[in-house]
This record gives sequence, C-alpha cells and structure tokens, in this order.
Amino acid sequence: MLKRFAGWWLAGPATLAVLVFLVLPVAATIATTFGEDGGIFAPYIAFFNSGFRRTVLWRTIEISLATTAISLVVGFLTAYVVSKSPGKLKSLLIIAAVFPLLTGVVVRSFAWLIILGKNGILNNFLVGIGAISEPLSMLYTQGSVIVAMVYLFVPLMILTLVGVLENIPDDVVQASSSLGATPAATFRQVILPLAVPGLIVGAVLVFTGSFTAYATPQLLGGERQMVMGTLMYQRAMVSFDWVGASTIAAIMVVITVAVVLAMSRVARRLNPMAT
Amino acid sequence: MMTSRINPLLILFTVLVYIFLMGPLIIVLGASVSDTTYLTFPPQGLTLRWFENIFEISAFRRTIITSLELAFLATGLALLVGIPAAYALNRYRIKLPSWLSTVFVLPILVPEIVLGFSLLKSVAVGMETPIFLTLLVGHMLLVLPYCVRVVSASLASFDFSIEEAAVSLGSPPVKTFFTIVLPNVRSGVIAAFILAFITSINDVSTSLFLTGPGISTLPIQILAHVEQFFDPTIASVSVLLMLLTVAVMAIVERTLGLTFLAK
Repeated sequence: MLKRFAGWWLAGPATLAVLVFLVLPVAATIATTFGEDGGIFAPYIAFFNSGFRRTVLWRTIEISLATTAISLVVGFLTAYVVSKSPGKLKSLLIIAAVFPLLTGVVVRSFAWLIILGKNGILNNFLVGIGAISEPLSMLYTQGSVIVAMVYLFVPLMILTLVGVLENIPDDVVQASSSLGATPAATFRQVILPLAVPGLIVGAVLVFTGSFTAYATPQLLGGERQMVMGTLMYQRAMVSFDWVGASTIAAIMVVITVAVVLAMSRVARRLNPMAT
Repeated sequence: MMTSRINPLLILFTVLVYIFLMGPLIIVLGASVSDTTYLTFPPQGLTLRWFENIFEISAFRRTIITSLELAFLATGLALLVGIPAAYALNRYRIKLPSWLSTVFVLPILVPEIVLGFSLLKSVAVGMETPIFLTLLVGHMLLVLPYCVRVVSASLASFDFSIEEAAVSLGSPPVKTFFTIVLPNVRSGVIAAFILAFITSINDVSTSLFLTGPGISTLPIQILAHVEQFFDPTIASVSVLLMLLTVAVMAIVERTLGLTFLAK
C-alpha cells in the first residue's frame, strides 16, 4: 500500500502547500469580487466606470508594452553579440548580466532615483555641460518608470536569448551563407525566425513582470504614475477597500494567465523547428 | 570564424548596453562612501560612516535579522517538501497524473503581489495566523518552484538504475536515497538553495502586504526609508545587498561554475 502510493506520499506535502496556501487563498480573493450587492459584476463595473482606474489600467499596459518592446530589441541584439563572443569574453559578459539580475529590485530601482532626481547625477551633468539651464523633473514620469523597468528586465532577456541563440545549430547558419546569403540576410531570414520561440518566452516574462510590478513604479512613478500594483496597495492598505483591491488582483490574474496561455500557443505555432 | 563578422555598430551598441547595466550599480557604490549628507556621485570625500549608520538604525538591524531568518527558513522548508516532490515527479512520472507538475508552476503564474494580498486576507486575517508565519508561508511558496525545477533538472540526468541496484542489493529505500540519490544531485540542491535564498532576501511584492510596523523585511524597510530620508545610508544598505550577490556568485562559481546560472 505504502509502496503503491509512494509517489503521492513524496509529492504530497509540496502539492498540498501550493493548493492550500496559494490556490485556495487566491481563489477566495477572486470569489469575493463576485458576491457583492448590486449585481454579480458590480466591482468590475465600478472599476471600469472610474475614469481614474481606467487610466491606471491603460497606463500599466502602456508601460508594460513599452518595456517589453525595448527589452526585446536591446536584449536580442546584445544576446546575439554575446553568443558570438569568444569563450572567456562570453563568460564575462554572462556574469555581468547575472550580477544585476541577482541584485534586488529595490536596489536597482533606487539607483535610478539617484540618477534621475532633481539634484541627481543626470541633471547635474546636463547643467554642468550647459545643455540645460534648469534641472528637469525627470522623476515621477512615465519615462522614468519605463527606463527603470527596462533596466530591470534587460539582463533577464539577454540571458534567456543567449541560451536560445546558442541552441541554433551552426549547420543552418553555415548552409545559409554557403548558399550565398549575406550575413544580414542570414540574420533576418534564418537566425531571427529560429529565435522567435525564445523571444516570445522573454516577452511573456517581461510583460507579466512589468504588469504586476510594485517597487519600481512606487519609487520612480509615485502617486503621479500610479499603476495596477501601486493602485492595489493603495486601495487595500490606505483606503481599506478590500473588494476594490481584490478586483484589481483578479484583473491582474486574468490578464497574466491570458497572456501566458495565448503566447504559448503562438510560440508553438511559430516554431519553425516543430513539425 | 563567424566572430569577425559582427557589425562594429552592433559591438558598440553592446558596449553601451553593458555601461547601462553596470553604471547605476557603480553609482550606488560611489554614493555609499561619499562624505556628504546627501546622495551624490562621484563621491566627495571617502567615509564608511554610512555603513556604520545602518547598524545604528534599529529598524535596519531588526529587518536584516528578519530577512535572514526568513530566507533560511523559507528555503529550508521549500527544499524539505520540494526535493521529495522533485524526486517523485522524476521517479514515478508514469504513475502520477500529468497535472501534478503544473501545480508547481502556479506560484510563478500567479502575480506575487496577488499571492501576498490573498495570504493577508485568508491566512493572516482569516485564520488569525501570526504575521511572521504567514510571511514564511508566502516566501516558501515564492521559492518552491525554483527548488522543484532546479532539483528536477538535475534528477532528470540521474540514472535511477543505480538506485535500483542499491535497493536490490539490500539497501533500505530511505538510506539509498540519502547515500545514492542525494549525493548525485548535490549541485542541483546547492543551486536551488542559492537561487531561493537570494529570491527571498530581495522579495518585495509577496512581503508587501505581510509586513507592518511590528515586523518587516529589509527591502520593505528600504522602501519606507527612501520615502522619508534621502541620505547615503540606503546606498550603503544597497552595497551590502550587492556584496551578498557577489558572495552568492562566488559560491556558485566554486561549486557549479558560473555558466550554470545562464541556463
């Protein structure tokens, strides 16, 4: 008996922990948004009727899309160079990408606070060289949040894509050039399509990460650039509007899951190596 | 070689990207030793007093200890339940339903901030669980996927016939696990421990709703401090966290080789 269910006994505690402390509480949070007076979708109607909250949702999507697009381009080009670098240099470049990745979100966002502040390094520099006469207010803008988010996610993108690019067999690249393709054509017509599944994985990681971020928008966007994460915290802990916060939580879960499921289908369909 | 064929503009671009990646961290390092009461770079003067200042602020002393305790306990617990789960997922793959491995992806799929909020509502308030315990549960769930995935990956290349050989020669199953299986996946366990530990130490989103005036973690305390004071103390705390990262990378380098982290 014990032997027959050995697999269950061993996987049981971890499975139970996830079910009891993650699935149930999150399901409960989502469930509370449907039991309100004034109709089953009342909290959602309230959310989308509020111009402010619609703005927050739209801003979060904008910031996340911009972060994803910039990280994709920067990450892909950098990963391409890293993957083509000779051995020693390649390890060094990988280490230099791992280091920021392992350094926490708070530290990395705080760094941009020093750079972009009113008396920050960038302002002092620009005033110093005479490019501007008055310090600019760069903090608490959509741009400052996007810059810090790109900073957060570029290392992740580089590391994901270096792995993908290294898995592209040399044969196909050589075949392309021996058949007369220029390096640029090989890059566009062979390497890029083969990297598409990896690009999608990276994009999903960055988009969902930016969409649900808290620390970076809080530090660099503040009250003026509220996003879903900071709005949710404000609803729950400042206004004590738990149903409102749960509604935001539910919207976050739905969008995250939808993006992950949709993009993994797209990735499967676009994979040129799959038969 | 293909190496010579990279467009020089692309190389220049990569150099700029790496300046972008390293620059802000170097600035934090510089600001932490500046002998000024405000954050500046390049540093003016050289002092370590902001590092001393960390330990003079009791909130930092307390939260550093809480964060370390939390990271050790959460990682330990996650490995305690995660290693057997990873073992079961590999050893009994055919007998177990396929959805089981999906369960361990869920903590990655659910936004951390939603997990933290839900734990506050259902576990801390709903079940009247002490806040430290709730925080521990949250961090355990946060790091569990790393533990299961990384240990699973190293078990995938383990030849289970070695284990069967030991058992058929009369070694009891539990002893076999500890003397045969575990030593073979040691590097996976170390990697899982390190990834989980650093994830827990740096976490903001899960802890956000599970901290308050009574109990807090270091990153949450840093966030709170930045909103009131803008002195180099935060830069020096940040440097401490960077040193931890360096230590972690050194351990990984010694045990597994750093290319491991790129996978």
